[in-house]
Amino acid sequence: MKKIGNQTFQIKDDVFVRDTFTIAGKKEGEGPIGNCFDIIVDDDLWGEDSWEKCELKFQKEAAKSLMQKNNLMEKDIDLLIAGDLLNQITSSSFAARDLQLPYIGVYGACSTMALSMGLGALMIDGGFASNVICVTSSHFCSAERQYRLPLEMGGQRHMSAQWTVTGSSAVWLSNGGFGPKIKNVTFGKITDLGVKDANNMGAAMAPAAYDSLSQHIADTKIKYDLIVTGDLGTVGKSIVNKMFNEENNSIEDIYDDCGTIIFDLEKQDVHAGGSGCGCSATVFGGFLYKKLLNKEINKLLFTSTGALHSPTATLQGESIPGIAHCVGIEM
Amino acid sequence: MKYDKNSYKQVVNEYTPKNKMLRNCVYAFIFGGAICLLGEVIKNIFMNNFGTPEQDASTISSVVLIAITALLTGLGWFDKLSKIAGAGTAVPITGFANAVVSPALEFKREGFILGTASNIFKLAGPVLLFGYFASFIVGILSLMFK
Repeated sequence: MKKIGNQTFQIKDDVFVRDTFTIAGKKEGEGPIGNCFDIIVDDDLWGEDSWEKCELKFQKEAAKSLMQKNNLMEKDIDLLIAGDLLNQITSSSFAARDLQLPYIGVYGACSTMALSMGLGALMIDGGFASNVICVTSSHFCSAERQYRLPLEMGGQRHMSAQWTVTGSSAVWLSNGGFGPKIKNVTFGKITDLGVKDANNMGAAMAPAAYDSLSQHIADTKIKYDLIVTGDLGTVGKSIVNKMFNEENNSIEDIYDDCGTIIFDLEKQDVHAGGSGCGCSATVFGGFLYKKLLNKEINKLLFTSTGALHSPTATLQGESIPGIAHCVGIEM
Repeated sequence: MKYDKNSYKQVVNEYTPKNKMLRNCVYAFIFGGAICLLGEVIKNIFMNNFGTPEQDASTISSVVLIAITALLTGLGWFDKLSKIAGAGTAVPITGFANAVVSPALEFKREGFILGTASNIFKLAGPVLLFGYFASFIVGILSLMFK
């Protein structure tokens, strides 16, 4: 049995995070970690004629460039695990149409990066695959139009609202080579404490993040150098800190959130921080992975958080189900 | 977890930043007032310079404001203005014009009929519906008390 504690899968064989390739939009490129991205795209259409087509190009180019950079052929890749925010995860499936790799599309809203990395690690540890590529994306414009209002519609955003990250990152997992290894994976439970406000995703997802994080820590008993959540923003991050503090198990010194890392919250006018499938993906692929390689951090708990709601469910008065998946990575 | 839905609600309220109500009201007053002033100026220009009767000049003034809003929306400037002005641009006729033009632009990519035409009143639809309904009620009342 490779399961430890209540909810955590222990990866016994080597699963290396061999390389990443990250593409980000203009605003993300101007942010504090802008110099970590492989490509920064200044145009929100990237030469395509719709935002949706642009987003799938982000995914396709991220995966292709990752393969080219590492001289990987199609036959070398056993599995592509991808997801995004759009209805029917079209960005992923349409990008996979051109990539011609065996494909599993997953939906975990903004938690998709950790979800696909976790699944990829299990596939490799189970001996079903040697090389897996995980890729996710989000695009500010395509997400706004699906979840909120037309882009040119004037109005004021809530102070607790977050800014969907335009970007994509592809991660290559392999059973051979070198680099940081995935050691433990905890898939979260849906946690919903009744938040209905779609402008306050951080608060909706924070209980799920707390639940998965505390479960993972209890199951593995590992002392991490850094714990990051996906896109809780300032609101969710402070609630997670409060919850851990109340248990006398403060993580404040080693805890950060990708949504607050990717943007300069004051100067870039993003209110509570970044969000979207691309948020934890680009921060991991661009920023955290390099920190692992440079041994600035040795033990990273990467936890993507997702709000599994839809505009229809919100209009029908449903509250927002949150989820968080943890991937423990060690150099 | 020690929280239930009720106790968590208090935590959320405590940690959620409040919108800047006073600042928003002041800006809404200034920008909304400025737009109405502009409307009056346009109306007076038509009345004084072209001899347009007052009622027609009012209509023309609205049309000009709608045209300006449509242009600014198309250029991508209106949402930037609205971010500061808030209700100041949303309440006057400019808000309605923006609510029609922005989906029209956005759904262009799904085609002229099933995209733009189907979605153009997506945001303004409720205003139209209740506008028609109110005029229907007022019509009945005016018939009854004539």
